[in-house]
Amino acid sequence: MSGIEKGSGSDVLDVHERARFEQLVLPHLDAAFNLARWLLRSREDSEDVAQEAMLRAYRFFRGFHGGDARAWLLQIVRNTCYTWLEKNRPVELMTEFDEELHPQPSVSPETLAIAGDNRERLGRALETLPPRFREVLVLRELEGCSYKEIAAITAIPIGTVMSALARARQRLQRALTQPPVQEASREL
Amino acid sequence: MSCDFTRTALHGYLDGELDASRSAEFERHLEDCRDCAKALEVEESLRSALQRSSLCERAPASLRKKVRADLDAATAAPVAHRIPAWRWVAVAASILLVASISWYAWPRSGSGTANGVAPPPFTAAELIDAHIRSLQPGHLTDVASTDQHTVKPWFNGKLDFAPPVKDYADDGFSLIGGRLDVLGGRNVAVLVYARRKHFINVFVLPTKEPDTPIHPPGLRQGYQWLHWRHQGMEYCAVSDVSVADLHELAQLIYQ
Repeated sequence: MSGIEKGSGSDVLDVHERARFEQLVLPHLDAAFNLARWLLRSREDSEDVAQEAMLRAYRFFRGFHGGDARAWLLQIVRNTCYTWLEKNRPVELMTEFDEELHPQPSVSPETLAIAGDNRERLGRALETLPPRFREVLVLRELEGCSYKEIAAITAIPIGTVMSALARARQRLQRALTQPPVQEASREL
Repeated sequence: MSCDFTRTALHGYLDGELDASRSAEFERHLEDCRDCAKALEVEESLRSALQRSSLCERAPASLRKKVRADLDAATAAPVAHRIPAWRWVAVAASILLVASISWYAWPRSGSGTANGVAPPPFTAAELIDAHIRSLQPGHLTDVASTDQHTVKPWFNGKLDFAPPVKDYADDGFSLIGGRLDVLGGRNVAVLVYARRKHFINVFVLPTKEPDTPIHPPGLRQGYQWLHWRHQGMEYCAVSDVSVADLHELAQLIYQ
């Protein structure tokens, strides 16, 4: 959490700081909500967590010394989400991130295009991914973040963003083109 | 069945994050490697599915309201008469600092900069104001079309110059329209591109100054801009996308 510093003095900011916050940070509320929504997979919980994250961002705002305000805010949102998950759904965080990369499944672009055209199905497939895969995809594909921004937000080294995305995309393809895990195990 | 490239470089290439030499290297590889060509096609199809899917969710109005209430509670009421004198000194110092930074970031005087490049005929403040104004409902485009052959002729007769208009949808920057704007007291053409959820305004006006490379980015109020001159036109691209994205579009236009 190197990018976040403790606000000095009291939690109460003055009107000038408020105006600066509204100008720099508040425009990214949609991005904050969207990241929370995909990390927590629930609109209701993410509304609460995004609210908490915005207030935390406001209190930390004196520690923001310019730069990429969106990445700064999303870093706080992500941390708030993980704290919430640890407390409320610890099992979800137990997936290993560094799993072996399996050989590419033979998927045709056409199959994928058909599967991907169904918004529900695409959303569900994304939700089946472990949070650490899900977040890099959401940041890259839905928020259009650069590798540098993704590295700053998720605290993974910039050199590994590319391979994290490679793994995440592979997982999503598998989720989209294969039947859900429960059904598959029932067949055995 | 997958070569080493599929695992990493392919994704950097897809995301436009490889430097020029690695990108060229991958393109050469792509000509010989069927697996990679196919994998790239699959990845592109997945990406466009994700981007078309409207999976992005906007903050509900209720959240916006709650956040504002939180901010109100955590903001001190202004008490002007109690501000000690030293704070005014601090305020004056920061104004001076900001003024001097803006001066360096955007020189405006007739003498030009140290390297002899004439400054643009408008200020950073005018530019960002125009950008923000365009984002207000109904202000973005006068002619809304993704077809460059519709947007280009639309400018005919409205300006005393013909701005170059090109769609870069294949590179992830779709042309969504054009409009007229006023910048530094003169009429300019604006081309509007969409990059995912974000808009990029490219202001175009004629100039007699010589070509310049794409200047280092400027930043103001959370928006970034890139400025350059090419073949008698002055360009300024403004957006809240990442500098890398903005630079990619600038390079496409520059070519």
